[in-house]
Amino acid sequence: MGHLAFDIAHLLAGGLLLVSFMMIYQDRMFALLHVFALHALVLSLSVAWQAYNQGAPHLYVTAAIALVFKAGVIPVALRRIVQQLGIHREVETVVGIGVTMLAGIGLSALSIVLMLRVTENADSFAREDLAFALSVVLLGLLMMVTRRNAVSQVVGFMSLENGLILAAAGARGMPLVVEISVAFSVLIAFIVIGVFLFRIRERFDSVDVTALDDYREDHR
Amino acid sequence: MTAVELATLISAALLALGPCAVLAGHRPWVSGAVYSISSALCVGIAALGAAGLFTRTLDSSVALPLGLPWIGSHFQLDALSAFFLVILGIGGSVVSLYGIGYGRHEHDPLRVLAFYPPFLGAMALVLLAADAFTFLMSWEVMSLLSWALVLTHHQKEDTRTAGYVYLVMAGFGAMALLLAFGLLAGSGGLYGFEVMRGVQRTPLMAAVILGLMLLGAGSKAGLAPLHVWLPLAHPAAPSHVSALMSGVMTKVALYGFIRVIFDLLGPSAWWASPAVIILGSLTAVLGILLAMMERDLKRALAYSTIENIGVIFAALGLAMAFRANGMTAAAALAFTAALFHIFNHMVFKSLLFMGAGSVLTATGTRDLDGLGGLIHRMPVTSFVVLVGALAISALPPLNGFASEWLLFQAVLMSPAIPQDALQLMIPAAGGLLALAAALAAAAFVRIYGVGFLGRARSEAARTAVEVDRFSLTAMAVLAGLCVLAGVLPGMVIDAISPVARAVLGGQLPVQGNEAWFKIVPIAEARSSYSGMLVLLFVAFSASGAAWAVHRLASHRVRRSAAWDCGFPDANPITQYSASGFAQPLRRVLGADILGAHESVWMPAPGDKSPARLTVTVDDPIWRTVYSPIGTTVFYVATRMNGLQFLTIRRYLSLVFLVLIVLLVGLMLWA
Repeated sequence: MGHLAFDIAHLLAGGLLLVSFMMIYQDRMFALLHVFALHALVLSLSVAWQAYNQGAPHLYVTAAIALVFKAGVIPVALRRIVQQLGIHREVETVVGIGVTMLAGIGLSALSIVLMLRVTENADSFAREDLAFALSVVLLGLLMMVTRRNAVSQVVGFMSLENGLILAAAGARGMPLVVEISVAFSVLIAFIVIGVFLFRIRERFDSVDVTALDDYREDHR
Repeated sequence: MTAVELATLISAALLALGPCAVLAGHRPWVSGAVYSISSALCVGIAALGAAGLFTRTLDSSVALPLGLPWIGSHFQLDALSAFFLVILGIGGSVVSLYGIGYGRHEHDPLRVLAFYPPFLGAMALVLLAADAFTFLMSWEVMSLLSWALVLTHHQKEDTRTAGYVYLVMAGFGAMALLLAFGLLAGSGGLYGFEVMRGVQRTPLMAAVILGLMLLGAGSKAGLAPLHVWLPLAHPAAPSHVSALMSGVMTKVALYGFIRVIFDLLGPSAWWASPAVIILGSLTAVLGILLAMMERDLKRALAYSTIENIGVIFAALGLAMAFRANGMTAAAALAFTAALFHIFNHMVFKSLLFMGAGSVLTATGTRDLDGLGGLIHRMPVTSFVVLVGALAISALPPLNGFASEWLLFQAVLMSPAIPQDALQLMIPAAGGLLALAAALAAAAFVRIYGVGFLGRARSEAARTAVEVDRFSLTAMAVLAGLCVLAGVLPGMVIDAISPVARAVLGGQLPVQGNEAWFKIVPIAEARSSYSGMLVLLFVAFSASGAAWAVHRLASHRVRRSAAWDCGFPDANPITQYSASGFAQPLRRVLGADILGAHESVWMPAPGDKSPARLTVTVDDPIWRTVYSPIGTTVFYVATRMNGLQFLTIRRYLSLVFLVLIVLLVGLMLWA
């Protein structure tokens, strides 16, 4: 594999990480959904590039799934949910954006140092990919824990899944069955969470998850 | 069909017998039939074991496609297994025979029958297992079945508490065993005993494994400070189950210890043995002191079991110390003493528990202060219990003396050990063991004197009737074994010698050819003992004295009122009570060790109510170990309760933080 191929893979994976940071930075709901669509787009490009390089046609399917569902269907659906439910359009954070960004930088550093040290014998292509993928997963988790709003937690969860798929695509030899099942599990999770959102909304007039906690605290 | 296949088949039959009993339902013949079949199958197990020991047709193994796929279950029959199969077979068959009679008094017999034969089968499988998976699996089945048996009378609050404590201890012990086998695993993570034997281990690793085995096997056997479940669970179970748990199951636990420490682990460093010796001796003294203070007959017997387990562990520790120094003959002596005592304890403790069961059937009480005078009402039971009590008190010519004598011969070998620490410590431990032996005699004088002699202290004891013939036969068989093994100790030692040879590579000299059935463990000039001579001397001198008294003094048998110490009121309460008999020892040793406390309450002047003397004795281990643990667990649990009421986001944050901590740890470590 040539230098160029490696650099492009590097660029795309790095781009995914960058988009993850962009997601953390957003404080408007629609903007967040747009960035999420971009995230999925970069993912599908990255996976497609891996498919081309590894000569693995089934990875194209993965890329297509990512493109259609994650960059298309899910953001549009989430956007409609937000509109229909009249959800507060501002992303409510737990700690300040700056602190979250700093934590994210720390997490990326951690995952890159860790991955480069653990996978010394793997080929460099997979190493870089895994390091970026772990950063994306950690940033997705970070987003889930620093957001109060259910929709942004869903987005955090989806970006976490993107990180997993990136890792799987780089690791080689992951069978198509697993990828399809991952894609379907994401879809099902999305449906479940969507239904869940409607139910919360019906009951509490809000999708702020603290409403759930207030409800439970009353009945403790 | 090889011996091991046959033994496995018998175990499977025992396991299947429980469900069969349930299917047969409440028909009247089920109880007798199940106990008879169990007894017969156990005779088979004993015969296989004995055939293995005497004809040397050993070291056969079999692999069955059970359990984990591709690994299966491995069983083997070597000398050590064969010896313990004999223990299990004799104990199981006699206790089952007793059960034919005793089981009739059970209100809901199926609660016992469903678990009793599988319990025997599971114990046999523990003894036959040849890989860690099979061993642990059988061990757990054995624990759970015995737990179910303890809970037979689950309507009582005490029984449920006992069951809970037993389950907690069994779970803890199993965890320790699991870790020990994890450390023992051979190269490539193989868990066959054959592979584990070949692995070289550092002394530190061996010491850790020893510690884990002391926790795992010790908690099942009743080694202090893990003994607390015994005095709760043994009285709670039906008496024949108590006999089995105390007489046989604790031996299976000892088998586990011997198998791992002596067989799989190989010789250990000398500094590992003092822990075993000290723990064993202290357990012995603590157990028998508690037995001395106890008013409940079966609880006292359970405490006495703890004492004997301590003695056996001390002997095993001695064997480890000698073996670490390459003193094979001395190690074989201590090891033989341990195995001999294991056999003896199975015999007399099963006998005594069955005697306690007969007393319970006849009088409905286990409280010593409600018994008395049973020797008139239940002469046969009283006689066989007397034999058991004499044997457990280590009086010659019975079997208890022979094994304790061997143990002390091993203690006397300690000056030859090169390490000063062991030279100082072993005689001290020997002193503790001698104290325990003396206290055991005192404890059984008390149990027998208060329970069976004197006059009845309650209406139930006054109207007690002798129990059925099955029970009496079973007890008589064991009493006979006590005498036989005491008079012919050489035969037992010769039966043990293949085990010592297989495990230690050395054995005691063959005893079968000595004149007068003497045993000579080391050399004729050093020490020898003949139970037969003692028996003959006792028989001749006693009958001679009786003859002389009757011949030279008077032929007439004179019956008159007993001397009443000048008190005309012949109320049975004026006799020694169980607590009163224990008072001197309680004041000398109990105050410091057991925290025994007496308080007198006097009524105010003019008040006609009686004064009261209250005695409290508690197990120091409960106070110093278990109460703090319980308090800590409760405190932590109360604190952690807050975790049940976090927000979703906080739960996620917890998961996230743990992930980060693990990743950082991996980064620093990798």
